[in-house]
Amino acid sequence: MRKQLIAAAIGAGVALASPAVFAQQDLNFDEYRAMLEDGNPAELYEMEGEELWKTARGPKNATLEQCDLGLGPGVVQGAAAQLPRYFADADKVQDLETRLMYCMEKQQGIDPAEIVNGKFLQGERRQMAALVAYVVGQSKGEKIAVDLSHPKMKEMYALGEQAFYYRTGAMDFACSSCHSQDGKRIRATQLPNITKPEGAAAGWGSWPAYRVSNSQFWTMQHRLWDCFRQQRTAEPIFASDVTIALSVFMAGKGNGAEAQWPGVKR
Amino acid sequence: MNSAFALRSALLSAAIVGLAACGKKEEPAKVEAPAPAVQAPAPVADDLQPKVEEMMLASFKANGIASLDRQKQDAVQKACSSPTQPDAETMKRLEAAEMATIQWPSDGNYTGGDWKEGQKIAASGRGLTWTDKTPDNNGGGCYNCHAMDPNEVSEGTIGVSLEGYAKLRGTSEEVIKYTWGKLWNAKAYNACSDMPRNGYGGILTEAQIRHVMAYLFDPQSPVNQ
Amino acid sequence: MASPMRIRAAAKEGVTEVRVLMSHVMETGQRKDSSGALIPAHFITELTAKHNDKVVLSAEFGPSVSTNPYLAFKFNGGAKGDKVAVTWVDNKGETRTDEVQVS
Repeated sequence: MRKQLIAAAIGAGVALASPAVFAQQDLNFDEYRAMLEDGNPAELYEMEGEELWKTARGPKNATLEQCDLGLGPGVVQGAAAQLPRYFADADKVQDLETRLMYCMEKQQGIDPAEIVNGKFLQGERRQMAALVAYVVGQSKGEKIAVDLSHPKMKEMYALGEQAFYYRTGAMDFACSSCHSQDGKRIRATQLPNITKPEGAAAGWGSWPAYRVSNSQFWTMQHRLWDCFRQQRTAEPIFASDVTIALSVFMAGKGNGAEAQWPGVKR
Repeated sequence: MNSAFALRSALLSAAIVGLAACGKKEEPAKVEAPAPAVQAPAPVADDLQPKVEEMMLASFKANGIASLDRQKQDAVQKACSSPTQPDAETMKRLEAAEMATIQWPSDGNYTGGDWKEGQKIAASGRGLTWTDKTPDNNGGGCYNCHAMDPNEVSEGTIGVSLEGYAKLRGTSEEVIKYTWGKLWNAKAYNACSDMPRNGYGGILTEAQIRHVMAYLFDPQSPVNQ
Repeated sequence: MASPMRIRAAAKEGVTEVRVLMSHVMETGQRKDSSGALIPAHFITELTAKHNDKVVLSAEFGPSVSTNPYLAFKFNGGAKGDKVAVTWVDNKGETRTDEVQVS
């Protein structure tokens, strides 16, 4: 009986954590985050993604084991830390999700339109999210090392920087409206200052992440998509240039910092 | 490639002028600023600017109430899309144009709303996303950025604290008019303000703004306790 | 079919610490979907942990536990290479068992 009580207390501890912490006047986020980190459910997605990577799927009934994420066919270890990058075979700058989509098409024959026109948390995008969890998990603790030397990377970085400051939509917001000052919050949510390397690394290096508040695993494409929703723009297209450009800008600015992905968020 | 971008850019510029007049329905016609005597400092290299504008349009699609018109910038948005503000003269010119859009209450009733309604509007950050069914019934999202009721701990910090608003600033005609104007169109006072143009942008109705005014000015409102 | 659990078990100075992440929706039965219909309850009701073949923890779970629950506990004994197995059963009668070796 006593053991039962202990287990119940542990289970309930997670659910009760937020009111206890937020009752304090000075919102203590670090303590809350530390409580979440030990049991990051993103690991469940990592396991699923690892399985999926090795599973033959799609019209070509093939695995992704020959997928080249930039470090050679099949090399997953450390690959995410160097993305986005310019890929000569696609003649494009690709982020992790765009690259996975490319591999799913080339190796497995899965139509990219299924992903681009799909919905987050559903269908092939759901599978993609598990693959993303697996791949970024293989760069946990690695330093962000994005190579900006290719002219197309340089251009994407510059476009991303401009997009970051681009005010538009029903409320005149740009990314910079919320992410260009230190120590600011929207409601209780802390906002990284992405104009500085530490802030860019904090933003780039903590997504993809598991969100405790809605029990969902969000990729960076998903994160950016919802940023734009709250910015009151039209809907960004999955893997479109603006998503890649902003990713290159954030990753490039965050270069050298350790990535703790997949993250865990409120 | 470059010429294609230049052409699209020219088309886009034409579209922006058109948008200013017809893009926002059920709102007063936008007062276009006179052509600037001095151009604001170009935020980007000339060849990049058209590409950015092209990207900010081509990377998006319309969804529900969030149409592609939202991807086209008006004069204020365009001038305030870089880390540095335009020069003082440009700011003044933009602000004058925004000031002309403010609708003052016809009956002179600035603060006669219900502060309890105002509190709900201030607390709600809902509205105008592509998941919202209607462009009406929006929240003001005030708490996203401002402290208001001293007992509310979950408040944003991007904007200044508004705790004790009327207690600290008084209720002079000047303060009341400024506050109404700021709520209606914050860009009239600072062209590059982070604050949305609630009245001008059709985010809040005149009645809703009056409720928020009451929330700020009513001595019974928790803001002034 | 239920997804696998993530289990880690580490022995140190005669005590084994076990950490378990379970993949489960833990639907309370109180929530409504977008059309207003009640989402049926679906949550883990019982959990058992065994060290080799001996039960070291048995717990009752309920709808107040979060989605994808995390559980950590310690038991006396255990050595590198021993087996730790965790089993849950939910209110629909579904069950899942996963096993690891103590490190």
